[in-house]
Amino acid sequence: MTTLIWIIQLLLVPVLSPLFIGIVRKIKAKLQNRNGAGIIQPYRDIRKLFQKDEVISEDASWIFRFAPYLVFSVTIVLGFCIPLLSVSFQNNFYSDFLVVVYLVALSAFFMALAGMDAGSAFGGFGSSREMTVAALTEGGLIFSMLSLALSAHSTNLFSIAGFVSSSPVASLVPVILAFAAFIIAALAETARFPFDNPATHLELTMIHEAMILEYSGKRLVLMEWAAANKFFIFMALAANLFFPWGVSLGTGFSGIAAGLAILIVKILILCLFVAVLESSIAKFRFFRLPDLLFISFILSAISISLIL
Amino acid sequence: MFNAVLSQNAFFVSLSLFAAGAFGSLLLRKNDDAANWWGNLLAIAGAVFGIISSASVIFSNSDFSFAAASSFPLLSFSFNVDKLSAFFIFTISLIALFASVYGIGYAKHFYKKYNLGTLGFFYNAFIAGMLAVVSSGNAIFFLIVWEIMSLSSYFLVIFENKEKENIKAGSLYFIMTHAGTAFITLAFLVLYGATGSFDFGTMKQNIGNISPLTRDIVFILALIGFGTKAGIIPFHVWLPSAHPAAPSHVSALMSGVMIKTGIYMMIRIFIDILPGVQPWWGMLILAIGIVSSLLGVLYALEENDIKKLLAYSSIENIGIILLGLGSSLLFLSLGFKSLAVLGLVATLFHIFNHAIFKSLLFMGAGSVISKTRTRNMEKYGGLIKRMPQTALFFLAGSMAISALPPFNGFFSEWMIFQSLFSGIRSLDSSFQWIFILAAGALAFTGGLAAACFVKAFGITFLGRPRSGGAEHAKESDYFLTAGMSLLAVLALIVGIFSGKIAGVFSGISGSLGIFRSVEPPFTADINNFRLNDGFASVSTPVIFVILLASITAVFAVVHFLANGRKIKIGRTWDCGTNLNPRMEITSTGFSRSIITIFNGVLKSTKQIDVEYHDADMRYFPKARTVKLEMKGIYNSYLYRPIRNFALRFSGYFKMIQSGNVNTYVAYIFLILIILLIIFTF
Repeated sequence: MTTLIWIIQLLLVPVLSPLFIGIVRKIKAKLQNRNGAGIIQPYRDIRKLFQKDEVISEDASWIFRFAPYLVFSVTIVLGFCIPLLSVSFQNNFYSDFLVVVYLVALSAFFMALAGMDAGSAFGGFGSSREMTVAALTEGGLIFSMLSLALSAHSTNLFSIAGFVSSSPVASLVPVILAFAAFIIAALAETARFPFDNPATHLELTMIHEAMILEYSGKRLVLMEWAAANKFFIFMALAANLFFPWGVSLGTGFSGIAAGLAILIVKILILCLFVAVLESSIAKFRFFRLPDLLFISFILSAISISLIL
Repeated sequence: MFNAVLSQNAFFVSLSLFAAGAFGSLLLRKNDDAANWWGNLLAIAGAVFGIISSASVIFSNSDFSFAAASSFPLLSFSFNVDKLSAFFIFTISLIALFASVYGIGYAKHFYKKYNLGTLGFFYNAFIAGMLAVVSSGNAIFFLIVWEIMSLSSYFLVIFENKEKENIKAGSLYFIMTHAGTAFITLAFLVLYGATGSFDFGTMKQNIGNISPLTRDIVFILALIGFGTKAGIIPFHVWLPSAHPAAPSHVSALMSGVMIKTGIYMMIRIFIDILPGVQPWWGMLILAIGIVSSLLGVLYALEENDIKKLLAYSSIENIGIILLGLGSSLLFLSLGFKSLAVLGLVATLFHIFNHAIFKSLLFMGAGSVISKTRTRNMEKYGGLIKRMPQTALFFLAGSMAISALPPFNGFFSEWMIFQSLFSGIRSLDSSFQWIFILAAGALAFTGGLAAACFVKAFGITFLGRPRSGGAEHAKESDYFLTAGMSLLAVLALIVGIFSGKIAGVFSGISGSLGIFRSVEPPFTADINNFRLNDGFASVSTPVIFVILLASITAVFAVVHFLANGRKIKIGRTWDCGTNLNPRMEITSTGFSRSIITIFNGVLKSTKQIDVEYHDADMRYFPKARTVKLEMKGIYNSYLYRPIRNFALRFSGYFKMIQSGNVNTYVAYIFLILIILLIIFTF
């Protein structure tokens, strides 16, 4: 039974993540009075791209070839580290929130290097912007989770989820502040509005798409799929760390099933939020982004001072 | 007992080997090849004995001390090696070992241009000086070996003396390091006044009744003196120019271990010798750590000279080390001895890690410089194909310094974070705020360091070559790659077995008098490191294994799914133009957005000059130059005022200087009369 649940936890992120990308796109299309592609379109794209040949730049080195595997693998490991279905998978090895932050940094590091590897102007500027945004996001990301960790007396993500789900509603103000901070950081990390436009493919201000512009075939799949995984992981973290109600406390089958269903509902709500946000505001000018990221940092610092 | 003999003998064998290396290469100076081999082989042998000696002290509790009286009354040649000294001896010897292997190959490009005999002499003297500094037990003897270390490194900085810049860098270093030594000497004199002895051991015994004011004065003097050597902002000005000027394996030693001797003395004096740590000491050191780490990394980001970038990043890492040390001191002053151990172990771990990856990065930079003949990163590019091994090792160093798992930087930064979090958790609000600031600074520093090293690696090794030098570069020879590969492997191994090593470091801090019989607040074993109150735990081997397993699995599955698909090699998409290297992002461009964001503190300036064909018409520009500059705030708010004050002050004295000899004789006569009057009454 436990093994089965482990396998579910392991496969959950890569299996479900394209679906939510499809759903966000569908909601956006509806809001723009379009019909849009079906919600399983991302899966079709994956299948299609796996059947294509690849073109690799003559200037690219092994970094370019290796990065997609590493970036995708890191998202799989991340899916393993965080509380998705049940807090009973608590472990002392890799579920520390700093581990999650630095694993995210590891994938950003290689993605940025891959962007520079082909020597195109787009890739280089994408990498420069990505690292700028990533560097400034780290403060808000660490502090928003630290605020929860301090009240839960543990930096372990599972313990945090367990603690917040059992704490009274009255102590929610710092959680909500930290949540706001985390959402800002998550939007930056997942290359969403107002930081980046995930729908564009040729825009001089793009960040994430600029870095993966040279990819094709199976490596493009890995990069896009990894981005979807990352989106899922950050949404799941937002859902299960800050509002962990419904996360199973044991390993019983019904509890796990309920945990899965509730997780999906929570992520759907977040998807709706992201889609509405992307349809209602414009992308920010690049030099306005630091303001937003510092707001995220300050919000979590306020949240920490409320907890202490 | 046997071990004490072993470690003591090994230590003196090591020092004599360095001495033989120094004087031997001077004797062989006529023959470049012989001097080079002799100097470096003896240094390797000396380093091996240094490792044996220190390892035996650390693992079998064989502390030793040795004193030989001298004909001078207050001086004795006294060595006192406890576990803390042994830790530093170990780190210095380890880096010296790899640097000397590297040096055999690296020094070859000095043949026929510079004197290899003097290089070997000062190189060995420098390492021996550092070893003596961290093991000396007497303040006067300490100052002598401190000077040996500083002077020999000064001569190494100006070794390539055909370049004017190096001489200038050397002079700055010379002045700053002696200004620092002046403060250190004062600190020792004050300690002597309070305790009546220059011997560190006696000082410690007699110091019980030192007055609080004297104690604070010693703290400030020592902080400035040793901080100058460590390169804390604002006393760092010498570091970014001196470290790059030295030959690369010497830069590796200077940045990797020499600046840590300053930290060693801070630990020795603040934690071991001085009793009654004050809370404001810890807070001041934390504040210095915050400023040094953030400004250090921002200046590093702005740099286009690869070795200067690494030097600024050393300032950043000293800042991170001070965050650990400051938290440890603050805990100690408030009576949280057990948390102080956590802070100190984190400090030692980061010292060790930084020694490894910073020397690796300097060696990587040296390898690139020796082939491209320039330190300017704008002239690099595409070197990963021409120097694949150097690129791989530099990548390992870049990942380690960016604290990415599974390399070693991750764990020490994690520990320093935990030490700071402990401060937020267990202290009251009058101290919490500084820990919150420190944790915030560390979070941003981590992110900015990653950006900095994406730039350093990406601009240097990726893309297309931006100059002929990079175009025709070839892989460096065997000795260089051997030195780097060992360090890169070490960075990975230390990263994986961090828990085990943290246990060893915990034993080292536990051996300091003040921490004896203090339970460390954590349990460290090979597969897990956890804080005993259950706040945090991490296992670096498990992270490594799941990362590796995950990559292997993904690789296998993708290979299976995309079976039979071909890979075509094409040109980078170029919007239909002809690609050339100028279309790549530049080093300046990469960091420009971060510099713009932080312009409030960095005060960067941009000056555009246009030269016209026709000065009257001004329609057709002939040449345009853009000059980007960054004025350090430390210059405008510290050094410039000091300089202006000194100039104005000396201006007043001009009045009494007439240039007439008779007047000066009159002055002397007057002073004599005044002195006579004073002493007769």
